[in-house]
Formats: sequence, structure tokens, C-alpha cells
Amino acid sequence: MPLHIELVSPERIVYEGDADLIIVRTTDGEIGFQPGHVPFVGNLVPSVVRVALSDGGVQHIAVHSGFVEVSDDHVALLSDVAELAEDIDADRARKALEKATEALTEGSENIEAAFAVKRAEVRIQAAEAS
Amino acid sequence: MPGGQERTLRRRINSVQSTKQITRAMELIAATRVVKAMQRANAARPYSLKMTGVIEDLAAGGVGTDDPLLRVEEDIKSVGFVVITSDRGLAGAYNSAVIRAAEREVMAIQTEGKDYKLVLVGKKAKDYFRFRNYEIEASFDGMTDAPTYEDARELASKVRDIFVGEKVDQVVLAYQEFISMGTQRVAVRRFLPLESMDTIASEGSGDAAARALFEFEPSPEGVLSSLLPRYVESRLYSALLDASASEHANRQRAMKAATDNAEELITKLSRALNRARQDAITTEIMEIVGGAEALDDDDDDQKLPDEIPEDTSIPS
Repeated sequence: MPLHIELVSPERIVYEGDADLIIVRTTDGEIGFQPGHVPFVGNLVPSVVRVALSDGGVQHIAVHSGFVEVSDDHVALLSDVAELAEDIDADRARKALEKATEALTEGSENIEAAFAVKRAEVRIQAAEAS
Repeated sequence: MPGGQERTLRRRINSVQSTKQITRAMELIAATRVVKAMQRANAARPYSLKMTGVIEDLAAGGVGTDDPLLRVEEDIKSVGFVVITSDRGLAGAYNSAVIRAAEREVMAIQTEGKDYKLVLVGKKAKDYFRFRNYEIEASFDGMTDAPTYEDARELASKVRDIFVGEKVDQVVLAYQEFISMGTQRVAVRRFLPLESMDTIASEGSGDAAARALFEFEPSPEGVLSSLLPRYVESRLYSALLDASASEHANRQRAMKAATDNAEELITKLSRALNRARQDAITTEIMEIVGGAEALDDDDDDQKLPDEIPEDTSIPS
């Protein structure tokens, strides 16, 4: 029985599918789930989630925050900001990265810019991986 | 003067007719907006359900409950009010109902000698409370027509700030709950501190206890402290969506009533117009008849001096 993956944002269900393996990054590091995993709840950090789909494909998802909940072979990714790799505009992300890096070098205390850099990096990673 | 009354009536009918067209258009727009708002509310449901699910997991995992968002104050000195109204009117009693309920609560708080802080959503609430010289802590507008999660986040961060920063010991949320197309209800409820974990968990599917114990990363408390702020956002988001659906439903009803009234008015005015026209025609005929008879009478008058038949009665 495959894992049932759901990517849920506050506004809608972004993605749903069956997978054999999903690798996410939590505050303690990367963790992979396969069918039959014990129930698990973790905080996600900005990273690229990799999903090995049952049909042999690989799905990359950029997540910027949120949680992963695993129970009964159901994996729910709850994220305020999550994008599928194919929905990401890599050029726009690169531009955003440039702008954010600039802002970061100007004022070292700029937390907003630091987050923006992180977000853009994750986006680019996800877009390039697929 | 024949025609004068007719002209004014015709002008009024025209103006009512164009008002009717406008209200009818607004009614139709509001109807599609309600459907859209309902769809958005439905699309948002899985997230809040999953959120509740995770809280359920945490409660089953026996998490400590000393999070600032769960802080329960015995002696409440100050209460924050979040009042959700719309930016635009023409929605019947929608805004005034919420505002009245909120103001009543604020007055009750004041008579108890407690302090209040107002966080207002929508131009209508802002205008109302500002005009009456209430002290406004923060106000937001432009988000009620079609609320986004970003809006909810902005609002939530303000609400969290005043609660966690101990400016208020309780936060009350006032908005119109959307029950169905035909029913919306003013809801005034406590929003913060959040209900205890167990209460939230009991609203879930209730199968967490049956499941095996969870692993948490980094720790149950760590998950909880990043989850609760998002839970607050998600709750406010669904309140905003509810309020938006209620606003559009109210507007649709108000505009439907306005259209119906316009129709009735047009019928009445058309009747008055027809009568006026008929009166004018009758008067005209009377005048013609009268005139003709006057001419006849002139002929008779000329004959009068010579011979008056004793038995001639004057025609009526």
C-alpha cells in the first residue's frame, strides 16, 4: 500500500498523490517516510521536499514553513507557503534572490531580507531539480 | 394644467426603473460572490481540519500547555475586540448588527471598570467607532471583499501582539457567522486564550487516542509553539471567509428587496400615471362638450328675448 501524500495550504489542497517515499527536512534534519512509518509530527524548515511517486516519477515541492504529519500511511504537509516545482517561475525567483541579497548586504539586521533569500534559494533549488 | 402631473410621474417611473436596474445588477453580482466565498471557505476547510488533527495528536501525546497563547488570566483587566465588518454598505443590517453587538460588549466591559482595545476590520466599523470617539488600537480595510490568507496573517499578528504582549487578557471576536444562504448570525465569542488543548482536540475526528503514540520533532512543545500561531491565523482566516460570505448574502438579500420594492413602486406609479392620463382626457372631453354646449347656449340666448317656451327645461 503506497503512501497517500497531501500538500495542504490554508487556501486549498495544492497537491494530492500516491508515493513510495517522501523525504522532508525538519528542524532535526532530513527524514524519509515509507509506507508503515510510525505516526510522526514535525516542524518543516524551508527546503525542497522530494516525493518518489508510485508511477515512478519524482515530484519536487518547495516548502517555506509548516508541518508534516504522518499517520496510517497518510502524509499531510501543512504549509502556509508551498509550491510545486513546475509552478515556480525560476527567473522570477532568481531576480528576487538578487534583490534580497542586495537588501541583505545593505542592512545586516534585515530579517525580512534573510527570509527572502532563503525562500528564493529554495524555489530555485526546487525548479532546477525537476 | 393637463400633462404636468403626467410628466412628473413619467420622470419618477424612469428614475425608479434605472434604480431597479442597478439594484438588480448588484443582486446578481452578490449572488455570484456568495458562491465564490463559499467555495473559498470549503477549500480552506482541509487545512484547518488537519491543523485540528495535529493538535489532537499533540493532546494525545500529552504536551505541556504553558504556551503564551493559552495563557488564562484569572483577573481580566483588559479585553480586546476584533470586529469584522465590510468596507461597503448596501448590505442591509449586516454591518449595524455586528457593530451594535460589539458596542454592547464594549459598554458592558467599561461598566465593569475594565479596559478595552479595538481591532477593527472593514471601513464601516472604523467609521462608526471613530465617529463615537472610541479609542482604536488598529484597523484594517480592503480585506473583507475577498479575504486572502495573507490578510488573515496580518490581522493575526496584530491580535497575537496585543495578547502575548499582555496589553489585553482576553480577545473577543465579533462577526457574522455564515450558516446557510438564508441564515447568518452575529457571533460574539472568546477567541484568545484558545480553548484548552483537550477542547480543541475533542472537536476533531476523535480517532487520535486510538492511534499509536506519535514521534515529534523537535519535541511536542516545539511543534506546539510553532503550530498555535498558525492555528490562530487559520481560525481568523475562516472567520474572515465566513464574514465575507455573510456580507455578500446580506447584500444579495438587501438588493433583492430593493428590486422588489422598485417593481412595486413602478406598478403603483404606472397606475397613477394611467389614471392621470385618463383624467386629463376626461377633462378635455368635458371641456369640448362644455364648449360645444356653450355655443348652443349662445344660439338659444339670441332667441331668448322673443319667445320662451314655458315648458322648455335647460338641458343638463
